[in-house]
Amino acid sequence: MDKALTSRHGPWIAGGLIGLIAVALAHFGNPGNMGFCVACFTRDIAGALGFHRAGVVQYIRPEIPGFILGSFISSLIFREYSPRGGSSPAVRFGLGLFAMLGALVFLGCPWRAYLRVAGGDWNALYGVGGLIVGVLIGIVFLWNGFSLGASESNPKAAGLIMPLIAAALLAFLFLAPKFGENAPIFFSTSGPGSMHAPVLLALGAGLIVGWLAQRSRFCTVGAIRDFLMMGDAYLLKGIIAFTVVAFAANYALGTFKPGFEGQPVAHTNELWNFLGMVLSGLAFTLAGGCPGRQLIMAGEGDSDAGIFVIGMLAGAAVAHNFSAASSGAGIGAYGVHVTVIGLVFCVFVGLMFRDRG
Amino acid sequence: MSNIITVNASGLSCPQPVLMTKKALSELEAGRVEVLVDTATSRNNVSRFGENKGWKVSTEEREGGYKVILEK
Repeated sequence: MDKALTSRHGPWIAGGLIGLIAVALAHFGNPGNMGFCVACFTRDIAGALGFHRAGVVQYIRPEIPGFILGSFISSLIFREYSPRGGSSPAVRFGLGLFAMLGALVFLGCPWRAYLRVAGGDWNALYGVGGLIVGVLIGIVFLWNGFSLGASESNPKAAGLIMPLIAAALLAFLFLAPKFGENAPIFFSTSGPGSMHAPVLLALGAGLIVGWLAQRSRFCTVGAIRDFLMMGDAYLLKGIIAFTVVAFAANYALGTFKPGFEGQPVAHTNELWNFLGMVLSGLAFTLAGGCPGRQLIMAGEGDSDAGIFVIGMLAGAAVAHNFSAASSGAGIGAYGVHVTVIGLVFCVFVGLMFRDRG
Repeated sequence: MSNIITVNASGLSCPQPVLMTKKALSELEAGRVEVLVDTATSRNNVSRFGENKGWKVSTEEREGGYKVILEK
């Protein structure tokens, strides 16, 4: 199996399996077209910890610590655990923050954008279009020498931070401690945060996907980047398999419901579905990979990816505390503002961080 | 045939190691390009790129990562 995952066929094998697991998780209780959504799940975790108080999106999604720990264990077994860090961490924090803000204007990370399309939510086509445009803008910066600088090898223990945070999150999920009246840990009793697959099933799925993605390098942003930049379809096959298998599974289960109206956890504002993902796609491209890939790299010991993930957690808090997150009813009161500020930030970073060579 | 270029792409995020390799290969008709990287992902990406461009690729482990050798 490992030979297949690390071969030229690795991304599409992993992508197909991840697509199947995603639809299964939605079938067993996750919100619609949300078998996996790194942005939504990180947002739910931020809510469970009380970093924001949107009562309908608070839950410690075990898939996220599962990704990190699955990748961590896989990288240890296959001798790819390599603690590293120091490549513009504060900038990466900002990129993670704005990637999350853009994703919550659209209502989904790139993973969920494809899953929404696979479930017949045509609003997500605007999101995928925005993602492609965001990646293209990132490519222009890369052609012009964009670089956040080199990371350096760190002591072995440095790479344990994110796996330890993942373990702590799982402890909070299973023990559900209460840190005071009207204080965390919060668990939604209604809304998307209350909808979830059985805990052990979701955790198992997260661990398996963490392993599959660590071995195959599955990346939903690198896929578009490498294809458009170098004509390399290696990773692209991963997201094609991911989307096609998810579509087939949705069709078989009767959860393929084509249309624009009444889609689960989605709004119909074309412009901001598009621009939210332009922001996300650009931020992910500048940071070197999609949010899933950042979690996987964090599990391998990459502290810079870890900082990006913490930035996403902060971005989720900002999105809900400052009324910037969208909902099924439409975009938030300040969704436009954060998207514009985020685009300005990313363009600034793209212009200012250039390789000396 | 004595053309040798060394590229230090250690610690850089995707896709910079491949871009640097692409630039180095474009400067040589034939010869040897040695690319230093720190992760297995970058090693694989650079190797795949070189093979797709018709170069003979070999890799070796080194302190703190890998050396990918491309020859033509």
